[in-house]
Amino acid sequence: MSGFWIMLTGALVASCCGILGCFLILRRMALVGDAISHSVLPGIVIAFLISGSRDSFFMLFGAAIIGFVTVFLIQMFQNSGVQSDASIGVVFTSLFAVGVLLVSLNAKHVDLDLDCVLYGEIAYVQWNQISVAGMEIGPKAVWLLGITLFIIVAIIALFYKQFKLCAFDPALAAAIGIPVALFHYVLMGLVSMATVSSFESVGAILVVGLLIVPPATAYLLTDRLGMMIVLSLIIGVISSVAGYYTAAALDASIAGCMVCVAGVLFLFAFLFSPTHGLVTRKLRQRTTATREAY
Amino acid sequence: MLNLFTDPNLQWILIGSMLLGLSTGIIGTFAYLRKQSLIGDTLAHAALPGICIAFMLSGVKSVGYFMIGAIVAGMIATLGISWITRHSRIKPDAAMGIVLSVFFGLGIVLLTQIQHSSYGNQSGLDKFLFGQAASMTSNDVYTMMGVAILLIVACALLFKEFKLISFDSGYARGLGFSVATLEQLLLWLVTIAVVVGIQAVGVVLVAALLITPAVSARYWTDRLGVMTILSGIFGALSGAIGTWISAGTASLPTGPLSVLTATALFVGSVLFGPRRGVVAKLIRRYTAKREWAAEGKGKAGAASSAKEREVSA
Amino acid sequence: MATSSTSGIISPLSVTNMTVAYQKNPVVRNVSFEVNEGELIGIIGPNGAGKSTLIKAILGLQPALTGQTLVYGKPYKTQRKLVGYVPQRESVDWDFPTNALDVVMMGRYGHLGLLRRPGAKEKAIGMECLAKVGMADFAGRQISQLSGGQQQRVFLARALAQDATLYFMDEPFAGVDAATEKAIITLLNELKRQGKTVLVVHHDLATVEQYFDSVMLINGELIAFGPTGTTFTERRLQEAYGGRLTFLKGNPSDEPLIVAGTGR
Repeated sequence: MSGFWIMLTGALVASCCGILGCFLILRRMALVGDAISHSVLPGIVIAFLISGSRDSFFMLFGAAIIGFVTVFLIQMFQNSGVQSDASIGVVFTSLFAVGVLLVSLNAKHVDLDLDCVLYGEIAYVQWNQISVAGMEIGPKAVWLLGITLFIIVAIIALFYKQFKLCAFDPALAAAIGIPVALFHYVLMGLVSMATVSSFESVGAILVVGLLIVPPATAYLLTDRLGMMIVLSLIIGVISSVAGYYTAAALDASIAGCMVCVAGVLFLFAFLFSPTHGLVTRKLRQRTTATREAY
Repeated sequence: MLNLFTDPNLQWILIGSMLLGLSTGIIGTFAYLRKQSLIGDTLAHAALPGICIAFMLSGVKSVGYFMIGAIVAGMIATLGISWITRHSRIKPDAAMGIVLSVFFGLGIVLLTQIQHSSYGNQSGLDKFLFGQAASMTSNDVYTMMGVAILLIVACALLFKEFKLISFDSGYARGLGFSVATLEQLLLWLVTIAVVVGIQAVGVVLVAALLITPAVSARYWTDRLGVMTILSGIFGALSGAIGTWISAGTASLPTGPLSVLTATALFVGSVLFGPRRGVVAKLIRRYTAKREWAAEGKGKAGAASSAKEREVSA
Repeated sequence: MATSSTSGIISPLSVTNMTVAYQKNPVVRNVSFEVNEGELIGIIGPNGAGKSTLIKAILGLQPALTGQTLVYGKPYKTQRKLVGYVPQRESVDWDFPTNALDVVMMGRYGHLGLLRRPGAKEKAIGMECLAKVGMADFAGRQISQLSGGQQQRVFLARALAQDATLYFMDEPFAGVDAATEKAIITLLNELKRQGKTVLVVHHDLATVEQYFDSVMLINGELIAFGPTGTTFTERRLQEAYGGRLTFLKGNPSDEPLIVAGTGR
């Protein structure tokens, strides 16, 4: 049973990240995802200090706000002339530093483990059950991630055409009256939500892996955005299931194995994708060359 | 505070932090100008599997072995990034994210392997990742000093070459420089700086040591030489102030404090930098608008009088 | 110039006192004009003259210091559906996972409202517009596999799908093949026949007289705006380009034959 819950949690994390990651990499904001996943730390700590509980709702709220702050600061420094990657780097390291300081200042009251923030503890997911009227209805993380996934799917499905146009051609989007900045911040808010719902299970850094690697793999396999999102979901789910069994076989970190499996899948797509694979293209060139020769 | 100057242990830490900030600030300048600011972050994360493998092979916790492991891992990581971007339509930012997270994932898998098997005393290995400036010993400081001097001397000797490949690598190739070798060398130096930095401030924050002083310095000057020195000074200052504040309190770690000091210097630079700073720009924009309004349909007048204003200011 | 609507017809586009500054010096200074309905208008000027900036400011994509834009007598914001825009081809990522028809259908998004999704009707319109630019056979082609000219034609088809009455095109002729250039000009004339107004940022001085009814000469400020025959003269051009043009000697100054411009 524990294996089922762990795989389900992993699959939910991969789904949340997979959908949003597609838009991130198409908008060349892959590393903004990285930044948000790191700077979420102070948001969680502040939410914890204010609310005094590890209640997921407050954490989610705190993290979503700090996600906005991160994006806003990155944008602000970029507008004032800092290179985009430098401004990402400055902002997330500063916020992470604030987070570490807050943890050490309140070490007595905060039972947040830095190791846990970085690596996640998906193996313990099943111990934290929600019970309604005395009945255990499943791990808290699963519910939290399920609700997050529902919100993400609902918002992306409702405003699919706006998100798509904002990603492809923001100038046209603005010209026909789509509030580009609003959709930018909505997307970033969703990324923050996904990150914070996931970080307890897979850790802040591996969230980045699931945000970027499956969508990048899908990007090499299809030429349609809708298909890319679907493939990204499938690849994410495969990674989490295969990652679980690999981890069980090797007796190693489950989250780490999930990302490694995703990495292996990416490598396969990179080499053998029917349309964009390195080996496939080389072979095709060779056959054309030999055909030309005759 | 006084004990900072009397306590020999604190003195070591202070010297170590300053040297670290100085060298990472200098080397970071070139990474920033090559628009590779986040390469430091990638190298720091990618170092993990290298360090783990070095430990598994050698069985000892030695900074020297770790550095070799990290450099090898860093080289594979950077090759991976350029390989992915060259041979597919994946953009550099995504390629960096892929390499960073997959390497780190692999590193964590290896770390759990080490913890679960009988490699003896591995307790320090994961602390290596979070950084422990406060527990630096004189040995660590000697290592740091050596590395800092190595980095500074290398940058001084190769200043003109690094300048050229940061500004226009195509032209450098045309002049007959071996750009690939120089780029690889610069990358090695960054990796060395990162590995030493990881010990002091940890994996996540080490990126700041490379980026933040360099960006701040950019706001004060348009000359590379001045910028490099300034960046080094900002880095050293951040390290020193971070250590100083940390020493005055009971529980605050040095690493985050140094990073936040650097951030404060950065914010100050962004606001008050003489030409690129926000305040300077606001003033310019305000005067442009006012002159525009005052001169109404004025033609060339706006441009020339604005120029005069700039000279007088 | 501000009250040229003598016939009582409201001008499709009237711009007053448009000034845009990126940093210190305005790149577009105090530009005011009013265009006539149903004309093809070429916007001409040297590099850095602020041609694209002017268009972006009119469309609200670039904040202006001062200035007002009226489309058919009303503020631009309430009239977006009447305006079509063809950005420069380099402004988007052609590796985006989508095909030609899909890009054209994006032109309909403004008409679809907040939540409606594109359906069969949008697909039909998209195919029709692709056919008009001679690209119907490429509807399912991934956009990165199209040539530069074909990509430009897809952008034009998308603008057609917007079904606007006033069009802005930012250098549609830049770097395209002869077939595409011909297709674009046929299309422009077709739009004109339908009574639509088109403003085109243009670089090739040799074809200006052939393509456009009116010419707007810009170099930071508006140098001249009027019918091509009377506006596109050597003196005016020298004024706009600051004497950086070479003319064949012996030409009458009213009908210049351009040999080389400083455009790319």
